[in-house]
Amino acid sequence: MEQIEDKAPEGAGPGYKHGGAGWMTTRVDALLDWGRRNSLWPMPFGTACCAIEMMATLCSRYDLSRFGSEVIRFSPRQSDLMIVSGRISIKMMPVLIEIYNQMPEPKWTISMGACASSGGVFDTYTLVQGVDQFIPVDVYIPGCPPRPESLVDAVMMIQEKIKRGEKQTKVYDRTTHPLDFQPVALVSGAAQADPELTGTRHTLPPKDVETEAEKKTE
Amino acid sequence: MAVDFAALQATVRERFAEQVLDWTEFRRQACLHLRRERVVDVMRFLRDDASTRFAMLSDVTAIDLLKHPEADKWPERFAVVYQLYSLEHNARLQVKAYVPEVPCETPSVTELWSAANWGEREVYDMYGIRFTGHPDLRRILMPDTYEGYPLRKDYPLKGRGERDNFPKYTEIPEEGRGGRA
Amino acid sequence: MSTVPTPNIQRIAPNASKAVAQNLAMNLGPSHPACHGTLRFKIEVRGEEIVECDPEIGFLHTGMEKLGEYRSYNQYVAVTDRMNYLSSLNNNIGYMIACEELMGIEVPPRAQCLRVIMAELSRLADHVVSVGLQGMDLGAFSAMLWTFVEREKLYDIFEAVTGARMTTSWTRVGGLFRDVPDNFTEMVSAFLDKFPKIIVDIETMFSSNRIFKDRTVNIGTVTAEQATRYGLTGPLLRACGVPYDVRRARPYSGYEELEFDIPIRYEGDVYARYLVRLEEMRQSVRIIRQALDKLPSGPVNVDDHKVTLPSKDQVYQDMESLIHHFKIVMPGHGITPPVGEIYSCTEAPNGELGFYLVSDGTGLPYRVRVRPPSFYNHQTMPLQVKGRLISDAVSILASMNVIAGELDR
Repeated sequence: MEQIEDKAPEGAGPGYKHGGAGWMTTRVDALLDWGRRNSLWPMPFGTACCAIEMMATLCSRYDLSRFGSEVIRFSPRQSDLMIVSGRISIKMMPVLIEIYNQMPEPKWTISMGACASSGGVFDTYTLVQGVDQFIPVDVYIPGCPPRPESLVDAVMMIQEKIKRGEKQTKVYDRTTHPLDFQPVALVSGAAQADPELTGTRHTLPPKDVETEAEKKTE
Repeated sequence: MAVDFAALQATVRERFAEQVLDWTEFRRQACLHLRRERVVDVMRFLRDDASTRFAMLSDVTAIDLLKHPEADKWPERFAVVYQLYSLEHNARLQVKAYVPEVPCETPSVTELWSAANWGEREVYDMYGIRFTGHPDLRRILMPDTYEGYPLRKDYPLKGRGERDNFPKYTEIPEEGRGGRA
Repeated sequence: MSTVPTPNIQRIAPNASKAVAQNLAMNLGPSHPACHGTLRFKIEVRGEEIVECDPEIGFLHTGMEKLGEYRSYNQYVAVTDRMNYLSSLNNNIGYMIACEELMGIEVPPRAQCLRVIMAELSRLADHVVSVGLQGMDLGAFSAMLWTFVEREKLYDIFEAVTGARMTTSWTRVGGLFRDVPDNFTEMVSAFLDKFPKIIVDIETMFSSNRIFKDRTVNIGTVTAEQATRYGLTGPLLRACGVPYDVRRARPYSGYEELEFDIPIRYEGDVYARYLVRLEEMRQSVRIIRQALDKLPSGPVNVDDHKVTLPSKDQVYQDMESLIHHFKIVMPGHGITPPVGEIYSCTEAPNGELGFYLVSDGTGLPYRVRVRPPSFYNHQTMPLQVKGRLISDAVSILASMNVIAGELDR
């Protein structure tokens, strides 16, 4: 009897595990992935201006339901693609994390616009400078706001990702992170050396640290 | 009918002499500068008097004069700024009440205009100025547990790290990742 | 064959028949399909009827007022776009009118006329979406699709004129970023010829619709006295019978020469606001036609080298122009108004959009305060929903057109 050779078929992603009825499972997996990528139900987490462009993408001219995203029901339990569109403030971040946790696996995330990807125009005390610090993001869309074609392109990239079998590999650890948290200051005290630049992500390095380039030129 | 601001200035200075600090005009906009103690009485007069009838409070806000070049002209650090509008006479008046840093309190005008309810809550949230007599003084824009008053001049623009302090999602190690679902 | 016994309610809950109804504390939002953006309501309901309502806002607070103290007057225009993002041009124009009043300069007539045209087009964009979303919230999804088609046509015009669909950043101190393209008049006239049809379509769909009227007539009624006391402005105030419109009360940018009516209704409910918005759209079309007819030629920026950037070829050839360019653009210099403060307001689609600017004589403002119409409008929410059903709360919220970007700044 011939032994069925057990190697990873082409197009399989990093999650592929050898063993068992390899060929049959990959065909079923491919079918499931085909189903998933052609019926992505978005969870539109729209907060600001990008949400209006997302609404324009869902409307007649740039119809997103061509890609299977017909159902926009704002229910995380019934969706698999979260589109974070708009700026996320520190008051909204716990809400975002909770809604993201309520989405069942497998799920993917699009960070739409400059504010969700990196804080955008607003480098202030109250906006999270990029949701990817805290939530796994699969596709980033630059733009302020990005054109609807960019959102369509991002959805197509997610479809390519699903075809390759890539899923998110980060979890939220409830033992170490309770869900009812509130943001707390990391830096205390009144005016710092440069009151404008205080904020733990964009603080300038202290001046007495020499960089490699400076050492070389001396 | 317009409001006769010269007559109004004279009346207000006469009736509330010890409260009025100054009356200024810039770009044809009048501003009445007051002490904060009897601001409710002055506002009640402005709202109810037949010659003025400032029935609408357009806006309540505040300003921190810590770094202003003309700060020494004015007695206190903060000023609560009210924008009054008269529908009857189609006239506007700006009123400023000066509030010190300690105690950072001033009477609330919520009993005169209900619009001041949220406006004063925002001033409290952003500047830390407490309004005595306000029915429901709590933070409105920032989270309830937030510490600090963002719009004060000594508060940094980029905050104190609250925006970076959220729990992170941790990477599943290679072995723990299951096969395809 | 076993049968599952039916549960005996009396055995499980012996006091069920004597139970007293209790109020339930519920949460509506901040991520909710009927909440426009990031609004949260903590409501207490008895059955379906709302007993208490406490709106919680601030989920989109961006620190725009603090940011204003660190950006120059021209840089801040990009931030004003993102306040009321449905009608960015109204925000740009409102802010710029305040800056110019603070500086004490007057823009050329062509710039004023163009500002009027773009402000009214932006008002059309806002009202058309507001009415469409009002329909969608009540279940008529087609309304949103039809109105977004009109909004896309407006986006084409905005993109041709300003370069961006939504976040336009079109005005500068002393005038505009750039002049309109050559086919501007034809483009806008062609749009205006086809636009009134959508108003007729929406009227046909909703104005005599039994279901729509059942859900909007006598819902969310606000009296004129309450409206004045709460500082309501815009279509909400005009639906209560108070004829206050900033374009008439404190005309700016050439509105005093244009003929238009202010639609007023007296019921103060959701249906009245819907009718006021429809009529305002018609009046906006009228204003734009008049402004297009009398559009003068000439420069779009005031001829003041302290404020207007010189043209690039002059900058590259002429030393004086280079110095003027340097002085306007570089930090530490910039456009410097005299020390002082003003409060200036314009009529945004939601109401009176005010800017309180304080200058300390440098190129950065000392304080930028935005008086958002949505903030004071949203304050009346508990007043309107008390005693009403939860579905009425959805209807009322849709009629108020609360834009979270402006509400929270």
